[in-house]
Amino acid sequence: MRGEPTILPLRLSGVCYEAGGRVLLDGLDLTLNGPSRTVILGHNGAGKSLTLRLCHGLLRPTRGRIEWLGPGAAMAGRSRHAMVFQRPVLLRRSVRANLVHALSLAGIGGRGTRRCLADEALERFRLTDLADRPARVLSGGEQQRLALARAWVLKPEVLFLDEPTANLDPAATRAVEAMIDTFHGEGVKVVMTTHDLGQARRLADEILFLHAGRLVERAAARAFFESPQSPEAAAFLAGSLSF
Amino acid sequence: MSDIVEAFLAALRLILSGDPEFLGIVGLSLRVTMGAVAIAAVIGLPLGALLATLRFPGRGAVIIVFNALMGLPPVVAGLFVYLLLSRSGPLGPLGLLFTPLAMTVAQTVLVLPIIVSITRQVVETMWEEYAEQLRSLGSTTMRAVPTLLWDARYQLVTGVLAGFGRASAEVGAVLIVGGNIAGVTRTMTTAITLETGKGNLPLALGLGMVLLTLTLVINGAAHAVGQVGRRAGG
Repeated sequence: MRGEPTILPLRLSGVCYEAGGRVLLDGLDLTLNGPSRTVILGHNGAGKSLTLRLCHGLLRPTRGRIEWLGPGAAMAGRSRHAMVFQRPVLLRRSVRANLVHALSLAGIGGRGTRRCLADEALERFRLTDLADRPARVLSGGEQQRLALARAWVLKPEVLFLDEPTANLDPAATRAVEAMIDTFHGEGVKVVMTTHDLGQARRLADEILFLHAGRLVERAAARAFFESPQSPEAAAFLAGSLSF
Repeated sequence: MSDIVEAFLAALRLILSGDPEFLGIVGLSLRVTMGAVAIAAVIGLPLGALLATLRFPGRGAVIIVFNALMGLPPVVAGLFVYLLLSRSGPLGPLGLLFTPLAMTVAQTVLVLPIIVSITRQVVETMWEEYAEQLRSLGSTTMRAVPTLLWDARYQLVTGVLAGFGRASAEVGAVLIVGGNIAGVTRTMTTAITLETGKGNLPLALGLGMVLLTLTLVINGAAHAVGQVGRRAGG
């Protein structure tokens, strides 16, 4: 969609991650392809966030390989995947300056172009009124929307989201989900984790279910919620329901 | 008691009279100290930020040395610079001893550890928060330095002002390398030392009042900058 060759598929082969003598991720094999929305589910400590960080390149696997196999991956240049964290870290500057800084790090445009692109992103996500406000005094929902706008402005092909609505109220959650829809609508591959099963039902095309550092089940979203194949996933869904 | 009041009034008259000798002393003090703070900031801010973000063998030792140097007695800094600049010293041929430049160098030695240490502390805390996000956005550690310095600007101004306070208040270093030569290297603090010894209390007291006012202004400025920073979500 961006007119550039794709970096997908992303292949993880035998990916393990150990820290402090504990195996946190154990032999992860999977291939992700676009542009479906992949939601990773599992209990706390199952390795969901870890998987995103490994895919995004923030961490290196202890064993195994993570490869972007598409023709775009071999091309030199900036990263084509972005990540939005549970707690967005915004710079102590204006809303607009946060976007301009991200563009500058990505080496996109000159000074004038960056400002235009930033304003376009603010407009796109109805943040224009906040453009000159210090980013750190925004509400939690506004901060996360800005974090998503910051990812959008970089025109990624893949977007990783780590529990993007975990700290937000229902209205802010809806706004963030609408933004994720925008990404999806523009052909961006979305890979996210969540604890909100309602959200998973609303957004997911497919589910990856992690349990104790292993990929236990991978299924189309509807199939997963109607009839999970693994006992762990069934127990997870049942537990969530009774909760 | 009346002597003190009299000296006090004479000091006030001196300040208000615009006496050239008096103004010369105040001006030289400000030039030397501001020069030292500027040099120390240009070196110390990036150095402190690098010390906060880079990991290398011996990093802990470097941090301890800079922290310890914050307490360096000014006379010792003066002595050190004196040895460097004295005729037989390695930089002796430059002929800098007993010049304002020598005093600026000596005060830079005093201010630099303060700016480095405060910057290191402030930036290290911020780096813990920013590192993952900045790396996600494609920043290298080196590229993060200007980002971090700018984002820590309000706290760093406070650190730089602390350095200014230390330099403007010290006597020992400027006395040793400057020599307290009237009209050339006489600063507020060295003049106070000398004039008090001579019994010229109005001049000493007048300079003391200027110095005290300066300290108040610096602290007021630091407080104001802190307030602005907090309001901006810093």
